[in-house]
Amino acid sequence: MSVSKPLPHDAARLHVTGQARYVDDIPTPKATLHLAFGLSTIAAGRITSINLDAVRAAEGVVGVWEARDLPSDCDCSASNHDEPLLSGATIRYLGQPVFLVAATSHLAARKAARLGRITHETRDAILTVEEAMATDSRFEDGPRIWEKGDAGEAIDTAPRRISGVIEMGGQEHFYLEGQAALALPQEGGDMVVHASTQHPTEIQHKVAHALHLPMHAVRVETRRMGGGFGGKESQGNALAIACAVVAAATGRPAKMRYDRDDDFMITGKRHDFRIAYSAGFDETGVIRGIEFEHYTRCGWAQDLSLPVADRAMLHADNAYHLPHARIESHRLKTNTQSATAFRGFGGPQGMLGIERVMDHIAHELGRDPVAVRRANYYAANVEGGQPPTPAAPPRSLPGKMKERDIAARGSEELVQDTGATGAEAEQTTPYGQVVEDFVLSEMTDRLLATSDYEARRASVAAWNAENAVIKKGLALSPVKFGISFTLTHLNQAGALVHVYQDGSIHMNHGGTEMGQGLFQKVAQVAADRFGVPVERVKITATDTGKVPNTSATAASSGSDLNGMAVKAACDTIRDRMANHLASLHQCDARDVDFAEGQVAVKGERYSFADAVQMAYQARISLSATGFYRTPKLSWDRIKGAGRPFYYFAYGAAVSEVAVDTLTGEYRILRTDILHDAGASLNPAIDIGQIEGGFVQGAGWLTTEDLVWDDTGRLRTHAPSTYKIPACSDRPRVFNVALWDGRNREDTIYRSKAVGEPPFMLGISVFLALSDAISTCGNAYPALDAPATPERVLAAIKRVRDGV
Amino acid sequence: MDITFLLNGESVDLHNVSPTVTLLDWLREDRGLTGTKEGCNEGDCGACTVMVTDASGVRALNACILFLPQLDGCAVRTVEGISGPDGTLHPVQDAMIDNHGSQCGFCTPGFIVSMAVAHLKGSRDHDNALAGNLCRCTGYAPIIRAAEAAKDAPVPDWMKDTPPGLSAPETLDELATAYAERPDATLIAGATDVGLWVTKSLRNLDDVIFLNRCQELQRIDTSQDSLRIGAGVTMNRVMDAVQADYPSYAEMIRRYGSEQVRAAATIGGNIANGSPIGDNPPALIALGAILHLRAGDHRRDMPVEEFFIEYGKQDRARGEFVEAVTLPLGEQAFRAYKLSKRFDQDISAVCGAFNIRVESGKVADARIAFGGMAGTPKRATAVEAALTGADWSEKTVRAATAKMAEAFTPLSDMRASADYRLQAAQNMLLRYWHEDQGLNINVLEVPA
Repeated sequence: MSVSKPLPHDAARLHVTGQARYVDDIPTPKATLHLAFGLSTIAAGRITSINLDAVRAAEGVVGVWEARDLPSDCDCSASNHDEPLLSGATIRYLGQPVFLVAATSHLAARKAARLGRITHETRDAILTVEEAMATDSRFEDGPRIWEKGDAGEAIDTAPRRISGVIEMGGQEHFYLEGQAALALPQEGGDMVVHASTQHPTEIQHKVAHALHLPMHAVRVETRRMGGGFGGKESQGNALAIACAVVAAATGRPAKMRYDRDDDFMITGKRHDFRIAYSAGFDETGVIRGIEFEHYTRCGWAQDLSLPVADRAMLHADNAYHLPHARIESHRLKTNTQSATAFRGFGGPQGMLGIERVMDHIAHELGRDPVAVRRANYYAANVEGGQPPTPAAPPRSLPGKMKERDIAARGSEELVQDTGATGAEAEQTTPYGQVVEDFVLSEMTDRLLATSDYEARRASVAAWNAENAVIKKGLALSPVKFGISFTLTHLNQAGALVHVYQDGSIHMNHGGTEMGQGLFQKVAQVAADRFGVPVERVKITATDTGKVPNTSATAASSGSDLNGMAVKAACDTIRDRMANHLASLHQCDARDVDFAEGQVAVKGERYSFADAVQMAYQARISLSATGFYRTPKLSWDRIKGAGRPFYYFAYGAAVSEVAVDTLTGEYRILRTDILHDAGASLNPAIDIGQIEGGFVQGAGWLTTEDLVWDDTGRLRTHAPSTYKIPACSDRPRVFNVALWDGRNREDTIYRSKAVGEPPFMLGISVFLALSDAISTCGNAYPALDAPATPERVLAAIKRVRDGV
Repeated sequence: MDITFLLNGESVDLHNVSPTVTLLDWLREDRGLTGTKEGCNEGDCGACTVMVTDASGVRALNACILFLPQLDGCAVRTVEGISGPDGTLHPVQDAMIDNHGSQCGFCTPGFIVSMAVAHLKGSRDHDNALAGNLCRCTGYAPIIRAAEAAKDAPVPDWMKDTPPGLSAPETLDELATAYAERPDATLIAGATDVGLWVTKSLRNLDDVIFLNRCQELQRIDTSQDSLRIGAGVTMNRVMDAVQADYPSYAEMIRRYGSEQVRAAATIGGNIANGSPIGDNPPALIALGAILHLRAGDHRRDMPVEEFFIEYGKQDRARGEFVEAVTLPLGEQAFRAYKLSKRFDQDISAVCGAFNIRVESGKVADARIAFGGMAGTPKRATAVEAALTGADWSEKTVRAATAKMAEAFTPLSDMRASADYRLQAAQNMLLRYWHEDQGLNINVLEVPA
């Protein structure tokens, strides 16, 4: 059985030998053009004159396009049709593409793109939360507000109350492979596009739109990305469209890749958030009522900001039962890069809000934060609990199909009846979903034991009593993360499987490989269905010509959705083969067994290849599609009610840090993680996601500091100034274990999604820093993120000064 | 310009090379060797790491800021040449597969080369060897497990290159003459700074002089009480040279750049470019080092601090170049501290160097210099004055820290605010005091 084996990544050998091919590595025809954008140098205003003579005259330049030269608006938006490829007269952020250069080399295009002479009439840029709120600059007509019970009353009548604000920065994806696309013009105006994208169908759709082509005229292929993390869900659209426009106009192949600095300046990042909170609780720290206000800078265009901000609201509870809650969310329009999807998709921000509250309550009561957290946990998993009502059909079909991009997460939600009401006895989230699968209490018990929490809590206290300069901190943080696209119709996937005459298997599905090991996991599923070694299965590039209408590989859904779709396709072929063999042997198809590379029927054993030959000669189709849609979902995002998630994935981490109170520098000394991947499809790959997600999450909250200046210019636009974790920043001691549970829902082999949830385990580092800082005095540290050494030192000063 | 080097064991002769073509672009665009990746094009991510062997040994270097003429006479190995000619994998490649060390795989070729170089050199300090290779997927843990797993495997035969050597090395006199004749030429040693003029500022350098041909510039002369370090000595060699006498300086150099950067960057470049945030000048100033300048046949010496006149302006005439720097040995009171957002491979927010000599309980002499606190590397004159002659006590130290604001008016930028810089500079003096009193307060050494 290939499923559950810790097999290496399918491309590992190609990776280590340098043979793995990324978009920029694809050999290109000699006439290929290379593209670069000329970028705006102001954050807001109008272009009063533009002179591109020097650009056109530059060495190697073949063509230059302004907005008016394009075949259409070439909209790049994943949601709201508000992202023209080139700015036109109105500038909306500093770094916005204004013109496009095609030249005979990448370097020539970059050099030429700097030669534009543009004059502007600047206007006041809206850069900050305050400026956006003051001018009511926002997406949607007002804040989204979801309520459960009467939070205000519950807070007012609670024995204890706290309130506060936490600021948390955004995050640059820093995928090692920057954005890249290559368009190859075909006969009859068709276009083939190779793109580094998590969403080939979206690229296909946007290229078709730009060139006024039907989608069948555009084929998009993605073999792999050098990292995605959400940054290639919508942000690759501009490059693919630009390449297709140039290829269509010139008849020559066109390639574009952003230089790293351009990538920083042009593309969106994680949303930064300000979260204000007010909570009422009892003397043990149990929350009676809570109010959150979320303020997020979405940047200049809508992109995926609405579902991101929704998901932040959806994780405002994290692992805690909030009997009365009010969550208000402001999605602010600012003259900055358009913030976009990033691993967790708002979840981490929402979660950090409630984790701050837990930490603050514990400080207020002088209780161990772990005790306060546990006191607020959802009730433990009740097996056999009442299953939720199945989803009702949509009340109405979408009205304005043309204006919308229904393949992208930024689309408006279809309004649906909310099926799940939930029995009163069961605990529900603030949005009304019954929490049926809560395993964090048991997981916390085990993690506290394996991490030796109690003893280390004592030794940290002893250290801090003896050491005046270096302070240690220790913290546990749990994760409960909702799995499913909150835009319900995206929870579907397709697959295409061929079995060839020699018994080799060609597998294709709509998911994309960005390093997460999706292809390997799904190949293990395919191999298991046919009972063959995984080497029999050829993993092939994602291709809109093979599987159409795919959803983005996002929301951690890749293996859940595509694994099931591939399983369905494989089972179709397997059942056909079984039926044929059963008829030959006059038995039931269920008696045909596919295992260990053989097919056994009535005491006869055939090699898999022989069985395939027999089926072929009997004229049995050995090709099939597979399809899957996630059951049980129903969600109304306007009301904030329903069952947006099929299930929850869980995890918990304990981190210990040391802080230098002279400079604010720190080290992660040890991290212990226990994470729930259900019945893992591949434990090695899942542990890789957990280790990597944790470090990336810790980076978000520590050294990864995005700094814009007063003019709206991003000052941290390269790895020289933007510091993702380096090798020595990982925890000195790093223990990661998988929880040995199965998914109670009927997912692929009862596994759970694992892409995003571990990211939020990094919150434990932030809380441990706060714990260390709190030993410097009596005041609450109220640490903001990212907790750079500078912010840590400022918090130490606040704690010491008692303010 | 004609150059010769070995590429994955095969001889390459290039004629009329444009001097500022990077090895990375040449590999990918001209040779079709696309295993070496471009991640940042500025030497900060390591995805383009290649192995370079010359007479001084084996180094890992960033190909994105390495100009072809710097390779003349060297042997180069890319990821394609790390596995054997028959396809046999190198032990680090096997270990990376077995330990799940790659996810997206884009950084992997660079890691493989860095790991193979460290393996070849017998280095067991994986964090240090890999500080210049960024990975966004794995969290590094499986990569370190792979490095550990491979460390005792024998070095494969094919990894041992014999570089052809320079056909015509240049003497110091010849260099001096050439620069005097072409004073507007850009001198290029390691290209860790000039490389970015080309890859990021997209400048055309009309005339260049490569210093790698001048081996005299790469000498370290050690005497009883001083080190004379040639301007062309790489930071890795400086680090080794100062390790015994000044471990805190060596540690600062270790953090100042990654293995790849230290293997290319030179001390002369770090001084001559006049950056206010270069890490060597504060240390050299606090040590009382002497700079040796040369123009043609004319030589002159000056204390390092006098070289830095103001932001962007140094005391260097046209056609004059940094020949060497001499620093004293045995300054037991010397310590250097570097502060940055990230420990490894990050530019300092503040870099402080302290050399406070105490005699009979009183401060006899104080030399304190900072980078990142002003438009130039600069001495903290007011602080030095407050200390000198006073009792060596915490009271004196705390009083002296208050003078930091008189000495400096630092800037706020994306690395740090002015307030933080000032407070950190003050606290560095406190740290010096604590350490002088025997307290070990290095956060990097705290056990779990």
